[in-house]
Amino acid sequence: METGTTVVKRGMAEMQKGGVIMDVMNAEQAKIAEAAGACAVMALERIPSEIRASGGVARTADPTIIEEVVKSVSVPVMAKARIGHFVEAKMLESLGVDYIDESEVLTPADEVYHIDKTQFTVPFVCGAKDIGEALRRIGEGAAMMRTKGEPGTGNIVEAVRHMRIINSQIRHIQNMHKDELMTYAKNLGAPYDLVLNIHENGKLPVVNFAAGGVATPADAALMMYLGADGVFVGSGIFKSDNPEKFAKAIVEATTHYDDYKLIADVSRNLGAPMKGIEISDLNAAERMQDRGI
Amino acid sequence: MKVIGVLALQGAVAEHIRMIELAGAKGVAVKRVEQLADLDGMIIPGGESTTIGKLMKTYGFIDALKQFSEQKKPIFGTCAGLIILAKHIGEEQAHLQLMDIEVKRNAFGRQRESFETDLDIKGLDEPFRAVFIRAPLIENVGENVDILCRYKDQIVAARQDHLLVASFHPELTNNMAVHQYFIDMMM
Repeated sequence: METGTTVVKRGMAEMQKGGVIMDVMNAEQAKIAEAAGACAVMALERIPSEIRASGGVARTADPTIIEEVVKSVSVPVMAKARIGHFVEAKMLESLGVDYIDESEVLTPADEVYHIDKTQFTVPFVCGAKDIGEALRRIGEGAAMMRTKGEPGTGNIVEAVRHMRIINSQIRHIQNMHKDELMTYAKNLGAPYDLVLNIHENGKLPVVNFAAGGVATPADAALMMYLGADGVFVGSGIFKSDNPEKFAKAIVEATTHYDDYKLIADVSRNLGAPMKGIEISDLNAAERMQDRGI
Repeated sequence: MKVIGVLALQGAVAEHIRMIELAGAKGVAVKRVEQLADLDGMIIPGGESTTIGKLMKTYGFIDALKQFSEQKKPIFGTCAGLIILAKHIGEEQAHLQLMDIEVKRNAFGRQRESFETDLDIKGLDEPFRAVFIRAPLIENVGENVDILCRYKDQIVAARQDHLLVASFHPELTNNMAVHQYFIDMMM
């Protein structure tokens, strides 16, 4: 009997496919998310748009919040640790969290190195903007990927960009001649064996979700259309007028992302989505996606 | 050729389709009840049982799959799918209530307790590598349920006539023996 194997870690992410993982800040929100059909919840102290607004250093959540959420729902609970913060991640593992997000939404603890994720029984998800980043994180032991997007903006444009780049690079690697792969891996800064794996299989060896800017059911469906395995929704739900209805609509649009009549139906009278931010209005320091590459 | 549907509302759908096709049958992702008419068998995959259960209710799959089962067409539930097929789930409201088993959800604990191990399964010639992910257990079975496998004295696979369930994920391995067993149930 073996725990924490690659199959067990990656397999856990496979079970999340086609689903929506929702950010929650307390037990009450976690229950709303679960009742709406979330396949997992992400427990945090502040949602990304609030982190953006309040500034300062964003850290892993208070263990009380995590424990409260863990106790309140039966779906898996994820939580965020700062990039490179081995100890925050070990704390989360000890609390019984089912998945750790080493996340650029929090202020990085290390600007050079990420966590050695092989030192954990619990699996990790990490963000990426391109295939080089994705393969470096998988090389470090990440069992699930997500686009970085631009968290807390309610603007889907960056998640679309990242999903398109990653999938276009996968197609490129698949079509390359085998003797070109080493140089390509060198230029990407990616482990050669993982580039070879993509060349042979035509896909990432782990599940890849969309994240960072999903604000409407149509946004979620768009990301599925572009090849996402599922969707993270951060600020979108509990910043909307009617979180319950909104959460259910996002779940339905993700499952039936190619049924446009259904997406139109669930999008009716949802109330105002979050206001959103134009990406070019962010200065360099405000761009979370450039953290930990 | 047998055509087997995989309920594609949420969960590990593509993996089951891959195994069905390796075993020489045709696999189809099922999102609408109308698709059931063309199928010889159905798999309810692993995923989140609360999510899958809610979406099944929303899209009419509860009655449709009960009718499917009345025709004695085989249904295979893995992990969340096992929970969906069960008659009793502790204190919670059960979903399809087709199979006479009592199930405990997340019986082994949280994700850090998830594991893989080799199991002897009745009807299979060789030990099978079983992957358990936040897996459920079968705590009690009715008298017409055949126990196919135990792990540490606890029931992790069973069959009742045309219904088959496993706590673990045969679709996450490269061994198609369990899927072959299921396809043979259609012969």
